[in-house]
Amino acid sequence: MSTETTPKIRAVIVDDEDLARQILREFLSSHPEIEIVTECSNGFEAVKAVAELKPDLAFLDIQMPKLDGFEVLELIGNDTAVIFVTAHDNFAIRAFEVHAVDYLLKPVSAVRFEAALKRAKERLEGKAPANPTSAADLAAAARPPAQYLERIPVRDGSRVFIIPVAKLDYVEAQDDYVALASEGKKHLKQQTIASLETSLDPSRFLRVHRSYIVNLERVAKIEPYSKDSHVAVLTSGAQLPVSRAGYTRLREILDR
Amino acid sequence: MHPLLGQLRRVLLYLVAWAPLAALLAYLLSMTRQIRPVEAAVLAVPLCLFYAFFCLSAWYPCRTTPVDRTSFEKLLMTHLGGALVAAGVWTFTAWLLAWILSSSINSFHTLTERLLPQLPLVLVTGILLYLLSVFFYYVLIALEASRTAEARVMQMSILAREAELKALKAQVNPHFLFNSLNSISALTSSDPAKAREMCILLGDFLRRTLGLGEKSAIPLEEEMSLIHAFLAVEKTRFGARLQMEETIAQDSLSVDVPPLLLQPLIENAISHGIANLVEGGWIHLNVGCENGSVSIVVENLFDPEAPMRRRNGVGLANVRQRLHTRYGNRSTFAAGAEGDRFRVAITLPAGKMSEREVSAT
Repeated sequence: MSTETTPKIRAVIVDDEDLARQILREFLSSHPEIEIVTECSNGFEAVKAVAELKPDLAFLDIQMPKLDGFEVLELIGNDTAVIFVTAHDNFAIRAFEVHAVDYLLKPVSAVRFEAALKRAKERLEGKAPANPTSAADLAAAARPPAQYLERIPVRDGSRVFIIPVAKLDYVEAQDDYVALASEGKKHLKQQTIASLETSLDPSRFLRVHRSYIVNLERVAKIEPYSKDSHVAVLTSGAQLPVSRAGYTRLREILDR
Repeated sequence: MHPLLGQLRRVLLYLVAWAPLAALLAYLLSMTRQIRPVEAAVLAVPLCLFYAFFCLSAWYPCRTTPVDRTSFEKLLMTHLGGALVAAGVWTFTAWLLAWILSSSINSFHTLTERLLPQLPLVLVTGILLYLLSVFFYYVLIALEASRTAEARVMQMSILAREAELKALKAQVNPHFLFNSLNSISALTSSDPAKAREMCILLGDFLRRTLGLGEKSAIPLEEEMSLIHAFLAVEKTRFGARLQMEETIAQDSLSVDVPPLLLQPLIENAISHGIANLVEGGWIHLNVGCENGSVSIVVENLFDPEAPMRRRNGVGLANVRQRLHTRYGNRSTFAAGAEGDRFRVAITLPAGKMSEREVSAT
């Protein structure tokens, strides 16, 4: 036994159809350098598996139960290289914008599969630099215009929470993270407040402060705080600082 | 918008139509021999020219009192009132004109006095001419209405045809094909016999959909066998996750339905329902037939929190439109979610192929 064997590339396969997983398994069987650590049949399982097993490579279907492929990618971060495998050709541009390694179309050809695998290996060997931008920021930038988020997936360890935007009270910036306040709880997500702001419907959410976005439906009243600033009191009782610019924008919307 | 004004050609034609009327009036006036033909003509021509323009206004009461939606009394009141006012004005104008002529031109001396006994005749002519133009406008409105109705029927049939074509084109969802081919590709090495079977099922389904383009209706039984071919393919992909249950009344099997009306509903239930459920789920199809109408209900489980899919609703909207253009108010369509169930219910009149053939011969 040689001790100098390079470590195997650890891969997960995520697809809700058994046969679709089977063909990827078959293609990978001729690659002893790749180890399939697990297979998942939905988005939740995939996020959990990636969080726990930290694979190098993930084959991701796009349309799946619970979370779609893009939401999974957003939650698992940049450390796992992702190859999308789907029957839909209309997500390709978006896939590359979120820095997927490749985009395979079903039915999957062996030649294309090999090419994708080669690219994945190059990425893993560090020939292509890892992207410093967070996966959620990339996903926000890749969102089709005029289509706003209906729900925000967040991950806590290996658990996934889905926050419907209607249940989101406010968002608070915390360094590289945002804290999402919903139903009395706060969920942390690695994303900048500016990129989240662009994904939220501006008729429902407003940036009232450098560090705060508020759900307009939750604003109970606005009170003066100091000479130049105000506080927004939410129906939940929470108080958010409102900057001068934020106050002007808020008045504009509330007076309408 | 007035139908005559605004187009010079129409106004000219209208005035030409008044020429014989002016001649008639001049003839009537000169019949009594009190008024000379020259005098009658000089009176009648400008008078008719004036009245021709005056009667253009008859269009407005005609438009506001459509003949088929107004009581007879109201019609009579409106137009007789209008006629009296118009004829009054016209008679007064006639007298004024005669007065001007008799006082300014020597040879027309005493024309006013000689016209006086003719004024009742002028008044009656005025009333008749006004009523004539009312009648003319009503004919015009009726013509316009029948033309728009015709255009609408054309428009409707084009829409119906478009909906049908769109439905047929949308039928074989390419993603269904791509996914099925991927499954076959997976099976070729692990289970060649199964792969072959799936090729045959897929071929069977495609062949059935191909032949449907020319048909405007098929018996429900045929649509059901198409659905079965479709489900057989999807079963291979989804396995135990897909459970289908059918309750079909025997007498509804021979009823005519537009081709590929139900298949999109089942496809919708799979792609927006079953495909989003980790453990899969059921689809219930219920078809009943009573009081001359068929009721079809497709119910399926779905995940209300599932990520949104792009095609959502397109298939349903298409079915709704096809039903509407084909059957109008004789069909109903309702779709909606209730908790974790999605339900589409449609009813359509129960026609049968055999009956149509009988009535056609």
